[in-house]
Amino acid sequence: MATATKNKRTNKVDFDKIRKDFPLLKREMNGKPIVFLDSAASSQKPNYVLRAMDQYYKKLHANVHRGVYQLSQEATDAFEKSRRLVKEFINAPSEKECIFVRGTTEGINLVASSYGRKNLQAGDEVLISTMEHHSNIVPWQMVCEEKGAHLKVVPINEDGEMIMSEFDKLLTDKTKIVSINHISNALGTINPIREVIAKAHAKGIPVMIDGAQAIPHLKVDVQELDVDFYTFSGHKMCGPTGIGILYGKAALLNAMPPYHGGGEMIETVTFEKTTYNTLPHKFEAGTPDIAGVVGLGAAVEYMQKIGHEAIAQHEHDLLKYGTAELKKIDGLRIVGEAKEKASVISFLLEGSHPYDVGTILDKLGIAVRTGHHCTQPLMARFGIPGTVRASFAFYNNKEDVDKLVEGVKRAARMLG
Amino acid sequence: MTINEIQDEIIEEFAFFDDWMEKYEYIIDLGKSLPLIDPKYKDEAHLIKGCQSQVWLHAANEEKQVDFTADSDAIITKGIIALLVRVLSGQPAEAVAHSDLYFIDKIGLKEHLSPTRSNGLVSMVKQMKMYGVALA
Repeated sequence: MATATKNKRTNKVDFDKIRKDFPLLKREMNGKPIVFLDSAASSQKPNYVLRAMDQYYKKLHANVHRGVYQLSQEATDAFEKSRRLVKEFINAPSEKECIFVRGTTEGINLVASSYGRKNLQAGDEVLISTMEHHSNIVPWQMVCEEKGAHLKVVPINEDGEMIMSEFDKLLTDKTKIVSINHISNALGTINPIREVIAKAHAKGIPVMIDGAQAIPHLKVDVQELDVDFYTFSGHKMCGPTGIGILYGKAALLNAMPPYHGGGEMIETVTFEKTTYNTLPHKFEAGTPDIAGVVGLGAAVEYMQKIGHEAIAQHEHDLLKYGTAELKKIDGLRIVGEAKEKASVISFLLEGSHPYDVGTILDKLGIAVRTGHHCTQPLMARFGIPGTVRASFAFYNNKEDVDKLVEGVKRAARMLG
Repeated sequence: MTINEIQDEIIEEFAFFDDWMEKYEYIIDLGKSLPLIDPKYKDEAHLIKGCQSQVWLHAANEEKQVDFTADSDAIITKGIIALLVRVLSGQPAEAVAHSDLYFIDKIGLKEHLSPTRSNGLVSMVKQMKMYGVALA
């Protein structure tokens, strides 16, 4: 990790140097050096993570938690080391509360299915917000339908912020769980989850937080938040795809039935009855994505070395600069202008469809996301088909923002 | 002109463009000038949903010949629709059903007809050919 170092004299992180850790950023797209502004969908991977996974397969691979031989033990050690790193990363009280899942979507499905099925009854309510990703809507809808429970939705204002007075009204004795995203993927809004958690807890209601967008940008401390469930994906924080974390308080997890059945999650099996393993294995049926877990551990180390404070500052600078420059373009409207915002800019060009803008940016080598961002109800709330979304990671720089602004100007000229 | 004669004509026209900008400016112009679909056909029954853009398609038949009108909410999609309509509209249903639309690849717009693009165009071409089959 030699490059992710701080300049000792100024204690400033050298982000130009860090950018060089990401081999993909050296490639071209449509014959132009790539300007990658879609990290909110998935981040690029540094050499440190790629090497860790390569080394794992070359030197350590065997199935985990099973073999008596040395190699299997070493693989298990590497696997469990990642769990320890994650525990420290989010300051979980115990490693047992950090469950490896495929990603945020599976984390939410696990809780909706296991906790939801056990605790929801006809007439009960699950409380979410208008700005949820489909993956924090559909799993709850499914269990609500099954149980005869209802999904309640906290409205948002024009700036894309939850209306907390409405949240207060919707949080009732019928509410059995609150599930809200920490940061909106489509708007960048940072939600007041401390307030959400405190208010829900005051009524004895547990809270699940979808942390997919927050984990690459903010320091998350699950104990300080006192959150009941917190889930995130590795691939949005420089780790590999297909691996993520569900943190849950042990008392809640222990009381929940298993999600998937299979190997690893059992204690004893007979054809008459199976007893289940303890945490975290109870929720980790089957051979896990071991290389993915090793890669996730490396990503945690990499991110920690740079430091969340420096990352947040750098990204905030890009957000501020990008917002100011884009606003200068005639007919450009930013969708989502929350006071507390992460480095995501969703926008529309007057009279132009997001698909057209995205197509022209693509030709210029600029990767942005267009469409509804898996938040169709949110787009319906704003009465728009979708947006163009540029999202910045710590490996982006001002030059990327300048190229985006130039590209959008060119798109406006061509489409206008 | 037959379907293939029109396709060859379009390929020839596109050969004059020096770069992607000129090509896309032309497609955008085509999109702007596409004769509008009768508003009564811009309904759920004629809608082809894409994740990125939406397409409305209507087919009318006159003595085994199919006439297409279409629209999209995205202008580049609409420009490509204009080309597809130029190639397939007014052709015998049988020929529409069996058409091989090679011009899209030849003029470098294949990416827009990729299923992963999800702009409604792939489903639209499929739908056009189905009309051909149904009306033949």
